[in-house]
Amino acid sequence: MTPRHLLSVADLGALGIDEVLRLTDSFVEVGARPIPKVPALRGKTVVSLFFEDSTRTRLSFEAAARRLSADVMTFAGSSSSLNKGESLRDTVLTIEAMGVDAFVVRHSCGGVPAQVAGWLGAVGDASVVNAGDGAHEHPTQALLDCYTISRERERRFGAKAGRPQVLSGLQVAIIGDIRHSRVARSNVIAFAALGASVTLVAPPTLLPPSVQGWPAEVSHDVDGALAKCDVAYLLRLQNERMTEQFLPSVREYTALYGLTAERARLLGPSTLVMHPGPVRRGIEIAAEVVDSPSSVITTQVANGVAVRMAVLYLLLGSGAPVGA
Amino acid sequence: MARERQVLLRGGTVVDSTGSRLADVLVKGEVVVAVEAPGQSSEAPPGALALDAEGCAVAPGLVDLHAHLREPGMEEAETIETGSRAAALGGYTAVVAMPNTQPAADCAAVIRQVLELAKSACCDVRPAGAITVGREGKVLAPMAEMAAMGVRVFTDDGTGVQSAALMRRALEYATALGAVIADHCEDASLAGNGCMNEGQVSSLLGLLGRPAVSEEVMVLRDIALARLTGGRLHLLHVTTADALQAVRLAKAAGVPVTAEVTPHHLALTEEALRGYETVYKVNPPLRTLRDVVALRGALSEGTVDAIATDHAPHPPEAKDTSICDAAPGVVGLETALSVCLTELQLPLGTVLALMSWSPAKIAGLHPAHGGPIVAGAPANLCVVDLAKEWVVRPEQMASRSRNTPFAGRRLKGKVRHTLLAGEPVVVNEEPQR
Amino acid sequence: MAERERHANSGAAFRGRAVVMDAGDVQRATWRIAHEVIEHNRGAEHLVLVGLQGGGVWFASALASVISSVTQAQVPVGTLDIAYYRDDIGMRPVLPVGATEIPVALDGAIVVLCDDVLFTGRSVRAALNALSDLGRPAAVQLAVMVDRGHRELPVRPDFVGKNLPTRRSEMVDVSPQGVVLGDVIAAVEPGTSGGALRPEVAK
Repeated sequence: MTPRHLLSVADLGALGIDEVLRLTDSFVEVGARPIPKVPALRGKTVVSLFFEDSTRTRLSFEAAARRLSADVMTFAGSSSSLNKGESLRDTVLTIEAMGVDAFVVRHSCGGVPAQVAGWLGAVGDASVVNAGDGAHEHPTQALLDCYTISRERERRFGAKAGRPQVLSGLQVAIIGDIRHSRVARSNVIAFAALGASVTLVAPPTLLPPSVQGWPAEVSHDVDGALAKCDVAYLLRLQNERMTEQFLPSVREYTALYGLTAERARLLGPSTLVMHPGPVRRGIEIAAEVVDSPSSVITTQVANGVAVRMAVLYLLLGSGAPVGA
Repeated sequence: MARERQVLLRGGTVVDSTGSRLADVLVKGEVVVAVEAPGQSSEAPPGALALDAEGCAVAPGLVDLHAHLREPGMEEAETIETGSRAAALGGYTAVVAMPNTQPAADCAAVIRQVLELAKSACCDVRPAGAITVGREGKVLAPMAEMAAMGVRVFTDDGTGVQSAALMRRALEYATALGAVIADHCEDASLAGNGCMNEGQVSSLLGLLGRPAVSEEVMVLRDIALARLTGGRLHLLHVTTADALQAVRLAKAAGVPVTAEVTPHHLALTEEALRGYETVYKVNPPLRTLRDVVALRGALSEGTVDAIATDHAPHPPEAKDTSICDAAPGVVGLETALSVCLTELQLPLGTVLALMSWSPAKIAGLHPAHGGPIVAGAPANLCVVDLAKEWVVRPEQMASRSRNTPFAGRRLKGKVRHTLLAGEPVVVNEEPQR
Repeated sequence: MAERERHANSGAAFRGRAVVMDAGDVQRATWRIAHEVIEHNRGAEHLVLVGLQGGGVWFASALASVISSVTQAQVPVGTLDIAYYRDDIGMRPVLPVGATEIPVALDGAIVVLCDDVLFTGRSVRAALNALSDLGRPAAVQLAVMVDRGHRELPVRPDFVGKNLPTRRSEMVDVSPQGVVLGDVIAAVEPGTSGGALRPEVAK
C-alpha cells in the first residue's frame, strides 16, 4: 500500500525509508540537468501550509513540487494571522475545497499534521506531509540526513551498505537540545530503523522528561561519544533555553557540549559532522569545524530538494507498494 | 396547583444512605409523603403521575461539587438553563457552579445575577464564589458578603491560589463563615503551558507536559495550611497517586480536608492523547495508568469523598485547533453516573455516596439533597435504570457543547427520571423543560 | 519494455510458448541493425546510443560495440529511465527501474533510441519528451529488436530486428539469449513474483 501521508518517519519503516533513498538518487540526477524538471506530477496541486516561520524548508518543498511540474500554493503566516474567527480546521477544509492534492504542513505545535490528516480523511484524498510539527517530528529532515550519510560514506570511503539497513553498524551521536528537537526525534527513529546505534548527548535539563522506549542510549560524556562515533550530529541551541532556565549560560553550554575546534580533534578520520541548520557558529559548533572537510552540512541542504521530490512523488505519483 | 401535584415512582428499589429496599415512593408537592413496600398501595392516587421505576434504583438526586455553567459571559459554550438541563438528565438535582465566569463571581452582585438565572433552572444551582478578586490571586474577595447570600464554597478554580500566604489567610477567614475553601491544586511555575501529563507519552509526542508534581506540591502545601489554620479545605479534581497518598495521611492525622475526583480521571489515561485529539485535553491532564488505579482504589476506603464532573463546555472552534491552543476541558454532567456505573466495579451504594450524599454534605446542601428517602424529605430524586445500555452521541446531548471524551462509548446505566423539589424535570430520559 | 515492468509490479508471471529468435538470431540482427545505422547516418559521427531502461540498455551496448568495431570510432552510450515522463502515472504503480546517465551533451547529436520491444509507442513518446528536456538533438532515430504491432501513437521505428505480429494479450520477452513469445499469467498470490520475469519456455 502506498502510504497516503508522511506524518512520522515511523510510517515508512526501514523498507519505506530505503525506497525514498533510492528515489532520491533519481531526483539528484534530475536536479543536475540543465532543465531540472520532470512532468511526473503535472496537474497536481501542492499547498504549503506553514504556520511557523521557515523560509528555507518551505522553499525547499516548493522547489521540489515545482521540479515535479506540480502547481504550488503558499499559505505562510503565524497562527494568529488565520484568526478571523476561523478555526484551524475550517482553514484547512476551505483550502482543500479549492482542489488540493497535498498539504505540506509546518506548525509550532506537535500533532497538527496528524490533525489535518484526520480532518481531510472525511472529505477527499489529499495527502499530508509533515514539514515539522513542534518538538514532535521532521521526517524529511531525517530522510535527507539518512541519504547524506549513506551516499557520502559511499562517495568518500567506498562504503557499500546492505539494503535496507544502509546505516547498519554505524554509531551516531546526536548532541544538543534533544528535549525540544523534532529533528532529534525523527532521526532517532530513522537511524535506528536503518541499523545504526544512536547515543543522545545532552545536559540533563535538555533531555526529554522520559526516554523510555526510545531506541537510543543516553550519555553526558561528549568527548567519549565524539571519539567513537561515525556521525556527530549537532543540534541548534536556541536562546530561549537560557531565559527558560534550562541552562545557566551559553558559555557553559559551549564549554561542556559544544563541538569546539579542540573537541573536533577527537573525531575519527571518517567521521561526518552534521547539523540541520541554521548553524550558530561558535555556539554549538566552532566556525572552523563547519568549514572543515568532515562537515557535510552544505550537502545536507543540497540533498533536501531531491529528498522532498522523492517524498512528494512517492505519495502523489508512484502508486507503488511500499513496505513498512 | 403545584402544591397538589402528585408523583408516584413505582416498582423500583430505593437506595440511600440507610440502605436499599424495594419500595414505591409517593411525592406530593415538594416532599416525599410515603415510601411503601410494593403491594401496599398498588393503586396510584387519582391525579397522580405514575412513573415506571421497574428495574431501577430510586435514589437521592446527585450533587455535583464542580461544574462550569459559563453564565454570565460565555453563553456560546453553555448557559445556566442548558447546563442545568444537562445536569438533570444526568440525575443531578444540585450543582455547584464555578465562579470563573465573565465577570468572575467574586462579589454579591454577580452571585445575585447567578441566583436570579438559577430560579428557572432544571436543578438547584448553587454559585461558588471566588477566593480572590477577579480570581487574580492577589486580593481576597468579599467572602462574607457572598456567604450572606448562601455561598458555602469558595474557589478560584481554573487556576490554583499561587500565593501560600494568601491561601493561609483565605482558610483562616473562611473558618468564621462555615464555608469551605476549594483549591485547583496546580503550581503554575511547574505546570507551565503543558497540554498533557508530562512523562513517557508527552516525550514521544513532542508535547509540553504538566508534571504530576505541579499538583502534588500544592496539595501538600494546602494540607499543611489547613492543618495550621483549621480551615476546611476541599481539593478539586485530584489526579495523582502521590497526591492521594498525601490526602490519606492528612485525613489519618485529622486535618479537615476533603477530596474529589472526576469520572474522566477514573476512566481515561494519557494514552488517549496519542492521536493528538483535543477532546482529551483537560486540566489537570489525564494521567498514567498507575494514577488511575490508585484513584479507583481510593474510592471505597474514604480517601476520596466525592466524584465531581468538572463539566467544562467549549464551543467547537475552541477545540478545532492545535492541541497547544485548544481550550482544556470536557463536558460530563450527562455521562458521569453512567461512566461510573460502567467503569468502576463498585456497589451502587458506594457510587451514590460519592455522587450524592457525600458531596451534598461538603457543599452544605444535606439533607435537602442527598438525604434519606423518607416521608417528609424534600423530593430531590433520581431514578436510574441500571440495565439500560446506551451509546454516547454528542449531537444528541442537551449541553450546548459537544466536547465529551466518551463519544461513541457504550455505557450501561442511565437516568430515567429526575425530580427536582417534586417536579418531574426528566421523564423517560426526556427533559420536560 | 514498459509492459514487463507493468506486469512485474502487479506480480504476474510470464510463461513462454514459442522461441521466435535464438541467441544467434539476435546477434545477427544486432549486427545488421548496426550496419543499417552506419549506412543511414553515413558513418558514426555525432552518434549517441541511448538505451531505454530496463530492456533497451543491453541492446544499446551491443549495437555500440558492433558500430565501434566496424568504424573504429568510440560511440557514446547512455541510459534513459522514462518513469517520470510516463502517461500512466496515477493509474498504476510507476517507479524508475534504472538510472538516467547521458555521458555527453545532446545538442546537435544524432540520438539512436534503443529498446527491446516496440508495442504501443507510449514509451517512445515519453523518451522523446525526456530527451527534449536533456538537450536538443539534431535527430532522434529509433532502433528496436522486435516490433510487435498495436501502435496507439504515431510512432514508427527506423531500425527493426524482427516484425512479429502478436495478439494484444500476449507478451514478448527479449534478451541477448533470444526472443520468446508467450502469455502473462496473473499471480494467484500477490507479490510472489514481483520483480524480473523469468521466461519458462514450454516444451
